[in-house]
Amino acid sequence: MANPLKQFEINTIVPIHLGGVDASFTNAALFMVLTVAVVTLFLTLSMRGRALIPGRWQSMAELAYDFIANMVRDNVGNEGRRYFPFIFSLFMFILFANLIGLIPYAFTFTSHIIVTFAMAIFVFVGVTVIGFVRHGLHFFTFFAPSGVPVVMAPLLIPIEILSYLSRPVSLSIRLFANMMAGHTMLKVFAGFVVPLGLLGGWAPLAVNVALTGFEFLVAFLQAYVFTVLTCLYLNDAIHLH
Amino acid sequence: MRTTKIPALLGLVAATVAAGDAVAAGLPQLDHTTFSPQVIWLAISFAVLYVLMTRVALPRVGEVLDERAHRISESLRTAETLKGEAEAAAAAYEKALAEARAQAHEVIQEVRERMAEETGRRQKELDERLSAEVAEAEARIAEAHKQAMAEVRTMAVEVTQAASERLIGEALDAKAVGAAVDDALKEAR
Repeated sequence: MANPLKQFEINTIVPIHLGGVDASFTNAALFMVLTVAVVTLFLTLSMRGRALIPGRWQSMAELAYDFIANMVRDNVGNEGRRYFPFIFSLFMFILFANLIGLIPYAFTFTSHIIVTFAMAIFVFVGVTVIGFVRHGLHFFTFFAPSGVPVVMAPLLIPIEILSYLSRPVSLSIRLFANMMAGHTMLKVFAGFVVPLGLLGGWAPLAVNVALTGFEFLVAFLQAYVFTVLTCLYLNDAIHLH
Repeated sequence: MRTTKIPALLGLVAATVAAGDAVAAGLPQLDHTTFSPQVIWLAISFAVLYVLMTRVALPRVGEVLDERAHRISESLRTAETLKGEAEAAAAAYEKALAEARAQAHEVIQEVRERMAEETGRRQKELDERLSAEVAEAEARIAEAHKQAMAEVRTMAVEVTQAASERLIGEALDAKAVGAAVDDALKEAR
């Protein structure tokens, strides 16, 4: 029986070493490039007609645009406009990575903690920098919520700082764990289909069908959650509390 | 049944053991030698995606959406002006209708007054004519009455003369009889 974790293995396709740093083109890199290509092709090909009354493909592209534009407007406000391209890229990148990963034999790079953590750290550092650029040292008042008794401050401020620092951790683990758990479950149940024989094999197969549907939901939901949390963090940095 | 269940159970065990082995061998995600290529390619691909989105994809979608929003707001504005025009036309029509109604009312009133006047005039004329005719008829009746009375007097005189002649054999003087008759007539009246 196949190892359910084998699907997460990184295989080097083109070994590249730059000054002692391994920068090899791996299967993960292949799917990253593929995701970028698919997202770009989807958006450019569907908008090729620039129709006033959109067709199906154009509707999907416009829907994605409106979805993220509304998300940024609702969660960040007008100041969020500048960051809309980044938020949109982030959402499309994660969403398409998750969806492409659902194709059998495809690789899901969002199931790798280092990838999700790198994205989360980028968001975290970026948001913190934006906060300092906008508010200077005043940004530190973010950790001392207004209207709290001074007596509570020694307790509350460390909690606030800790919860702020744990943001990239929770953000990255949420996406990584969801994708990894989903794909592992799919593989485990798929592994039961043949061993359980012609009579019993149908049950895990049925479960797998249901799980696949569920995974589509998770693929969208996790991309949404990652993006919406990025918007909320951005809002905190721009408006403080 | 039993024969098919045994391999099934074996399969379950094998799968569980395989999964356990894999976990024991370590998650591929935690192999730190794969970190650097993944992060590097993530940075490259995401940067490329970001540039493609900002330069190519998003302006296109944005343009189309802006164009549509512009067209819709323009259409709404046109609809608004057309609606205003239609309302103005309706108001003008309403006003014209009210005016026409008022004018018609006036004309009807005038006609009614003229008719009333005419009727009054005719009534008066008729009344006058009728009263004139009545007066004439009365005059004629009075004339006839006078004549009749005169005839009655003459006849009475003649009858009296004839009666006296028969009774006393002598006709009384017409003048005296006339006076007596006149007296009698006066009394009868």
